[in-house]
Amino acid sequence: MPAIDVQRLTKTYVVPEREAGLAAALRSVVRRRTRSVEAVAEVSFSLQPGEFVGFVGPNGAGKTTTLKMLSGLLFPSAGRARVLGHVPQKRERAFLSRITLVMGQRNQLLWDIPVIDSFERNRVVYRVPTRVYRRTLDELTELLELAELLPRPARNLSLGERMKCEIAVALLHRPQVLFLDEPTIGLDLTMQRRIRGFLAEYNRLHRTTVLLTSHYMADVEALCRRIIMIDRGRILFDGPLDDLVTRFSPHKTIVVELRRDTADLSRYGEVVASEGSRHALRVPKADTPQVTARLLGDLPIADLTVEDPPIEDVIEQVFAGALDGKRQRGT
Amino acid sequence: MLRIYWVYLKTALALQFQYRAAMAIWMINRIVEPTVFLVVWVTTANARGTVGSYGAADFAAYFIILMVVNQLTFTWIIFEFEWRIRSGEFSSILLKPIHPIHSDIADNLGYKILTLVILLPVAVLLIALFKPAFEPRLVSLGLAAVSLVVAYFLRMFVDWGFALSGFWTTRTSALNQIYFLVMLFCSGRLAPLELLPHWLERVSWYLPFRWTGYFTVELALNRLGPAEIAAGFRMQALWLVLGLVLMQSVWRLGVRKYTAVGS
Repeated sequence: MPAIDVQRLTKTYVVPEREAGLAAALRSVVRRRTRSVEAVAEVSFSLQPGEFVGFVGPNGAGKTTTLKMLSGLLFPSAGRARVLGHVPQKRERAFLSRITLVMGQRNQLLWDIPVIDSFERNRVVYRVPTRVYRRTLDELTELLELAELLPRPARNLSLGERMKCEIAVALLHRPQVLFLDEPTIGLDLTMQRRIRGFLAEYNRLHRTTVLLTSHYMADVEALCRRIIMIDRGRILFDGPLDDLVTRFSPHKTIVVELRRDTADLSRYGEVVASEGSRHALRVPKADTPQVTARLLGDLPIADLTVEDPPIEDVIEQVFAGALDGKRQRGT
Repeated sequence: MLRIYWVYLKTALALQFQYRAAMAIWMINRIVEPTVFLVVWVTTANARGTVGSYGAADFAAYFIILMVVNQLTFTWIIFEFEWRIRSGEFSSILLKPIHPIHSDIADNLGYKILTLVILLPVAVLLIALFKPAFEPRLVSLGLAAVSLVVAYFLRMFVDWGFALSGFWTTRTSALNQIYFLVMLFCSGRLAPLELLPHWLERVSWYLPFRWTGYFTVELALNRLGPAEIAAGFRMQALWLVLGLVLMQSVWRLGVRKYTAVGS
């Protein structure tokens, strides 16, 4: 049975609308105009237990709305969702005890008391047996390097330190499903890397099912084999990360290091970077073998590599509709 | 559940210690209001001899006990809710597998435990200054204690239920003002209810506010006959059940509304 199963899930908001100015404000008192906004439109996907999936899209794409529906914070307008066999919006105790939602800018820690006291509150609320709690706490303390942070009030922690504690407090009850909404937002690179490392390790150890949204593609690349791309409430792609590049990038980048400094490489492809004897060429994917062979035959090559374009570029292209303008589904 | 309350209470106490200054300021407010009414009514009674069945010493006893009872039963949940819903903090609360009223009750009790340490010496000081006519009887104090517990939960449920209006309107301040105004008149904070116009006194009988403190004060002062005591407890029980049912029903609707709109 899938850990998360979503069928034609839809969320439509009714939002008030009026023109600018005093007259419009007065008119709106008598006659209120509203508009329906489809935040999520017939989205379907499923996640198997233990999967770590990236949920990617621009601002306002419907990512957080979907996550909120899956964690029981939002009532869907249509469609259905099952998480660990539960209907999320029923918000049953058994369901809430088995999931967690970490939102980058919201918190569970109480601001003015030591972090460990907030942990203790969660322990009793989730009815975690003392022995299990101690084991989990030890593990989280080690993985996230929390020892020095636990006795300090949350208000005295840096953003990164607080985020580590937020993640830990959200995991104390050993949820089987994690919804992570921008968990690394605003963190420096070192802290991002550390949290990424922790999430990967945690997933490996406990086979938790994770749905992660992040604007940092480094998060998605490091953690997720599968990616679901959403824009304007609709899924554009759902499949392995590698497939995304294969399917949507019509180019490859050939990086050559020449034995001499200058050479005109424009007849081999589009020169996208040039620095001394090192040049990067963008060539159509289908032409890559021939171009590579010609480069090796024609020029004194010191080094040559063929690379896929950065994932950010591919994703940007998909969202911009720059490739074929059509919305496509993956595997 | 007791363990949850114990941990919540410990946290609430720790939090209150962090807000010592704020707590002191709120306490001043809660002591000043009944003291002002006390002084006004004692002065009036001194000039006239009595007002209704209250002499100066009766007013002193009434307002000193009311101050303590009101301190023990009041909640600030209405203001808290408005902020919770507007800030989106409610999402974190909804994710927890426990009804949020439990942590609110524990927070409330934590505050009460600490503030009682300030309030009781103030009450003693007022007793020394105003010489209240207070001759406590064990039975009346026992009944008052029982009604105090009922009053506490009754007020918690009713305030909590009313606070849920924040689900339907983000600007609850105007509604709150009306609520507190009705409460001011009908809970005996302004004056003993027998001094109100007859129609208003009758109206107060059917509203919850009379039963969230005033009845307890009257019991402690031994001003009620057996029939009034029985009727009073019936009304308290009725409002306790009504408050709970109302709160739970509005809660379910409110969560549905919140989850329909989001934050």
